Amino acid sequence: MTRVLAYTRTAITLHWLMALLVFVTFPVGLVMHEMALSPNKLRLLSYHKWLGVTVFILVMVRLVWRASHKPAPLIATMPHWQRVAANGVHALLYVLLFAIPLSGWLMSSAKGFQTVYLGLLPLPDLLSKDKVLGDALAALHEVLNITLLVLVVTHIAAAIKHQFVDRDGTLARMIPFLDRSSLK
Amino acid sequence: MKRLIAVIFMLLPVIAFAADFSKVQLDNSSITFVSKQMSVPVAGVFKKFTANIRINPAKPETGMANIEIDLASIDAGSMEANDEVKGKSWFNVAEFPKANFVSSSVKALGGGKFEATGKMTIKGKTMEMHAPFTLKEDKGMLNIDGVFTLKRLDFGIGSGLWSDTSVVADEVQIKFHVLLK
Repeated sequence: MTRVLAYTRTAITLHWLMALLVFVTFPVGLVMHEMALSPNKLRLLSYHKWLGVTVFILVMVRLVWRASHKPAPLIATMPHWQRVAANGVHALLYVLLFAIPLSGWLMSSAKGFQTVYLGLLPLPDLLSKDKVLGDALAALHEVLNITLLVLVVTHIAAAIKHQFVDRDGTLARMIPFLDRSSLK
Repeated sequence: MKRLIAVIFMLLPVIAFAADFSKVQLDNSSITFVSKQMSVPVAGVFKKFTANIRINPAKPETGMANIEIDLASIDAGSMEANDEVKGKSWFNVAEFPKANFVSSSVKALGGGKFEATGKMTIKGKTMEMHAPFTLKEDKGMLNIDGVFTLKRLDFGIGSGLWSDTSVVADEVQIKFHVLLK
């Protein structure tokens, strides 16, 4: 039995940290968007922005790590189209994890609300207040997020399918203890 | 000779008067403010106000001001916020459409700085306020610029849930610029 090559411990940690952040930031964004103006809405808005800045920082750390460390190879038995799809989805996820916080930051600036990370560190406003631009960036932020949602669902569905239908150990690359051979 | 003296005496108040600035150029004047929401400074403006100001830069202590702000003209940074701050828990403009400042005295602080003291009335509450300002004459016009901090909760602005100052700070910075002719 061939032993599955897992990602590095750092890559695995960064991946799950990002997953956790996205799974918190996304629903907070949805909830606050639907809320009427209230102190709690302003709180959630700030938390969402802080989380978004954290995603932005983390994705850059991940990109640096990824560029300097060869990722674990895909399972050898994987058909070609699946390799192309997997690599494509991974690349798009990186693009979105970079573009979504950036669009949020720019939208905030254009709407006239600066981002102050953790209430302590003011980020520069890269755009000046402009209502039309602010609305356009809000629409972009939304479209990018819907795309992210679709891609994350695809990403998770593929991982589950490989693990529990194909039983090829793909998921074990990211959750090493799933790989029985590594437990020996 | 007597006539000349009489004319001079008649002119005296006019000469003294000439140094008074009293024609407020509303189009070149502004009342803006900065509030802090979750540590984020958010700028706003009152677009409509009237000002009755008379001041002599040689004798600022005799100056007086009566300013009335149309609170419904507020732009608090977003449409959502504008609707909110006109409501009951904020300015309650339906019941209290105007804010008013009436000066009672002006004193020199030194270094070209002055301070107007007066009564500020917002939402039916009156408090004494001190507003430091500077004067600058330029091309026959007088620029008055000042900034002071107002505590919104003193006037009950943002009551109920909104009185939580960890979300919207109590201190609101008010900036004014008035151009006088």
